[in-house]
Amino acid sequence: MNDTPAPGSGIDATFVRRWLDLATTALDREADRLTELDSPIGDADHGSNMRRGFIAARTAVEQEPPETPGGVLVLVGRTLISTVGGASGPLYGTLLRKAGKELGEAETVGADRLRDALRAGVGGVAQLGGAAAGDKTMLDALLPALDALTGALDAGGSAAEVLASAASAAEEGAEATTPLRARKGRASYLGERSIGHQDPGATSAALLIGALAEAAGATGGGAA
Amino acid sequence: MKMLINVAETVVADALRGMAAAHPELTVDVERRVIVRRGAPYEGKVGLVSGGGSGHEPLHGGFVGRGMLDAACPGEVFTSPVPDQMVRAAAAVDSGAGVLFVVKNYTGDVLNFDMAAELAEDEGVQVAKVLVNDDVAVVDSLYTAGRRGTGATLFVEKLAGAAADAGAPLDRVAAVARRVNESSRSFGVALSAVTTPAKGTPTFDLPAGELELGIGIHGEPGRERRAMMTSGEIADVVVDAVVEDLRPDGPVIVLVNGMGATPLLELYGFNAEVHRALTERKVPVARTLVGNYVTSLDMAGCSVTICQVDEELLGLWDAPVSTPALRWGC
Repeated sequence: MNDTPAPGSGIDATFVRRWLDLATTALDREADRLTELDSPIGDADHGSNMRRGFIAARTAVEQEPPETPGGVLVLVGRTLISTVGGASGPLYGTLLRKAGKELGEAETVGADRLRDALRAGVGGVAQLGGAAAGDKTMLDALLPALDALTGALDAGGSAAEVLASAASAAEEGAEATTPLRARKGRASYLGERSIGHQDPGATSAALLIGALAEAAGATGGGAA
Repeated sequence: MKMLINVAETVVADALRGMAAAHPELTVDVERRVIVRRGAPYEGKVGLVSGGGSGHEPLHGGFVGRGMLDAACPGEVFTSPVPDQMVRAAAAVDSGAGVLFVVKNYTGDVLNFDMAAELAEDEGVQVAKVLVNDDVAVVDSLYTAGRRGTGATLFVEKLAGAAADAGAPLDRVAAVARRVNESSRSFGVALSAVTTPAKGTPTFDLPAGELELGIGIHGEPGRERRAMMTSGEIADVVVDAVVEDLRPDGPVIVLVNGMGATPLLELYGFNAEVHRALTERKVPVARTLVGNYVTSLDMAGCSVTICQVDEELLGLWDAPVSTPALRWGC
């Protein structure tokens, strides 16, 4: 009765739940760092808010586990909107809700559908927040991740490879926010003084994409 | 940093339990985080709902009552509340005359109130929104999230609340709220940084001999740092900033607001300097309010808000109000 999919063969509800576990663990581990990053250019609460939201989302999913990957993502998104507050709640909530909706009712999807889902989610974030690339926001991690994922997919990579390249692009994108001047969100009030600090939103976005790669890496292990 | 708390995670819930104990005239839902004026909805009256991150007390919960807000939604410390709270508040105060959301212009507040307005309208509540963005310290407002909502929130809530109390319909109450916001400007100064319960250490480093000009109310640093000045010198800088931006050609109401850790003794002394500075710039003062109203936890410092008023707005200011933090004429 081992129905864990082999690498590359599919992304199902179990995969998304594993991602949720890994993302929650990563946010819990990095909460202090995120809050530290949020202190000089924000209001010192990004880590605690994200941790609170993901723990609530994991509880919601454990209580009534949806049967499709899209269903899990939509539930996580809704829970974030209802629990996080701030700008992060609606933005991350929209990212995951739109991504989940894009996956529809499918029980198993390939990395190509995951790319479509990420694209839909990132589009929702851009529309809601009105930010563009280079504004020093979470989009500066998400957009490079989407590009890298698309490129790796076109090159014929496996799901694990594709997600690994998305994760490193997101990480690099987050680090590349340091010299940028913020144009959206609370850091924008600082003007020039926002330069020299890595954006906490881009950093948490990179953590979420990193957890996706981690989930894919563990797919073959049957350890779900 | 020592704080009078149990644990950081429960500061908001603990404060709400305390509000409930102190104010039987309010219905405080600690679990769902909504503070509602007891007796709401009031027949035929437009409901006023506001909310925002906690840490700015008495804003907003302290302004719930006759002549001001019908409900307030407190978020986590410095974090906007979530749509569920606002939808619940709107449903609790809507008499059928509609609900006005008073929203401070921060990305999080705007996004959550926008989502809430859509959801409330789906449930049949007519919703109007007014955005408060009075902080002149935000210079490049085209290249930022825009001017922040600070002290003028009190004026908007008081004057629109009085209009609603007098029976004005939703479009009229919203128009008053927008006019108050357009007629108001604020500028804030920090003498110390703020310490959030979650972090436990100051959010930025402000050396003893310096002050920070143009701060917001969330512990975010301001735009410029200078060597410490006297109360009179600070008043000149602050009054210049608001007067040059608003260019009032009539009387104003002045709010001399403490950020939380500055004693009233200092605030009244500062108010004397603000009046002196306004008089020198030929701006007549119709009314003055001094105190800690739109605060930033334990930050030391102050902000000044001026709102140009005509007979109508002045009448709304003088109208009866009965809330935990603002009370006269009742």
